[in-house]
Amino acid sequence: MALKGNLRDFSTTQLLNLINLARKTGTLTIQSNGEVANMSFQEGKLIYAHLGAERENYLAQFLHNAGKLSKEQADIIETRVQGKSDKQIGRLLIQAGHVTQSDIIQSVRQNILNVVYKLFTWVEGLFRFEANQLPPPTLITIPIDLESVIMEGSRRLQEWEILQEELPDLDVSLRFTERPDARLRNINLTVEEWKVISLIDPRNSMRKIAQANNLSDFEIRRIIYGMLQAGLVTLVQQPAKPRQQPIQAGESPRRKRAKAAPPTESLATRRSMVERIMDRIRGL
Amino acid sequence: MQAAKMVITGPFSSGKTEFIGAVSEIDVVSTERKITSSAEQIKETTTVAMDFGRITVGDDLVLYLFGTPGQRRFDFMWDILSQGMLGFVVMVDSTKPETFREAKRILETFEGYASTPYVVAANKQDMEDAWEPEDLRIILRLRPEVKILPCVATDKETVKNVLLELLYSILEELDKEESAQHN
Ligand SMILES: Nc1nc2c(ncn2[C@@H]2O[C@H](COP(=O)(O)OP(=O)(O)OP(=O)(O)O)[C@@H](O)[C@H]2O)c(=O)[nH]1
Ligand SMILES: [Mg+2]
Repeated sequence: MALKGNLRDFSTTQLLNLINLARKTGTLTIQSNGEVANMSFQEGKLIYAHLGAERENYLAQFLHNAGKLSKEQADIIETRVQGKSDKQIGRLLIQAGHVTQSDIIQSVRQNILNVVYKLFTWVEGLFRFEANQLPPPTLITIPIDLESVIMEGSRRLQEWEILQEELPDLDVSLRFTERPDARLRNINLTVEEWKVISLIDPRNSMRKIAQANNLSDFEIRRIIYGMLQAGLVTLVQQPAKPRQQPIQAGESPRRKRAKAAPPTESLATRRSMVERIMDRIRGL
Repeated sequence: MQAAKMVITGPFSSGKTEFIGAVSEIDVVSTERKITSSAEQIKETTTVAMDFGRITVGDDLVLYLFGTPGQRRFDFMWDILSQGMLGFVVMVDSTKPETFREAKRILETFEGYASTPYVVAANKQDMEDAWEPEDLRIILRLRPEVKILPCVATDKETVKNVLLELLYSILEELDKEESAQHN
């Protein structure tokens, strides 16, 4: 089934959060301003990302971008290795002693992250997720945890409007999700974010945390938004407004005054009413 | 005569009128108007005040289904409609991701009116572009105890299922109250 829409309606962080939580496997394609980006995921981990036209191989370019090969070296390799896959090129380069395996892993990883971080600046564009579609096995893929990517992405968020919509109420408080320790271990947090983390408590509203740390409304929203999307914290449900005197159901349409079931009725009576309604609906 | 009430809410065009019509024994008393503003000209009519459906349970008990108007300028109706309700259904058009944020806003507003149970109906699951219920759960940031159910408002069985699941949640709530009383 479909997973498509426009980035106008979702932030990239939201999409990544979805893919992460649902442990999705497949490829997300985003088109914006004539540019096309592809990101592939395996069981909720980012394994590949690529911007622009498809090519046969990318590795030489990646290594050059990461400063592991000079421009000349990269160009020579690209002309000599026609028809070879990135995996094969990687093996050749390691054998020839030009680069190490960890150079390759780091440069591919860096390139994947650069693409994804660039996507965080896109505010519009059609996206589509193709489940189970993965990059060809000839490409080098690196599994990367999405939590840290999401935190980094939210640091780059500039849009006040998204945050305002997502976190309208600064008087709400937060609590940790289950096992935050395991998640925190994998994430690099800034000093400011750690300060916020240290104050996460259902008794502290976001406003309080912001005041204690001298953060603006925008900054606290941005930090909390990242933590929410990375699954570190959740909003604490606010108690409902005190119940107003219930008006009688069935009163608004002009018909015989009917008596609503007020909450003062005994539990047994309410239960029997609900059960009767259920029986009736089953028989419809 | 005892009356019970449920509210069917959700963004513009999510299928509220269709949903009530699928199970109501009377023609939905609906206050539809032809749509004139071009922004919302994706269908012919919209509900302007509310929808109203009825299911007679017995001589002494009726269930009323109220549908909220879809357009924002009728928000003032929500508070009134929600008073005294047993529970509510939030309808979402699963094919329209541009309405998910609005659905979330409506859901939160209704949560604020009353602490009654509610379920989310991932409607229009018969269409190719429909998002899966579990993906909607994440996007709408539903708490784990809130049910999200696949729904096709034109298919009575799925509508019955949504209402039954809501009623189960209401029973569970009563169980909780009961055990709180005993403790
Ligand atoms: N395919 C399909 N179409 C549906 C479904 N539910 C509703 N529709 C159609 O979607 C359109 C909108 O449905 P309505 O019931 O008018 O929606 P509403 O929520 O009452 O709309 P407003 O009152 O304007 O907010 C209508 O054309 C319905 O026939 C569904 O499950 N599947
Ligand atoms: Mg309607």
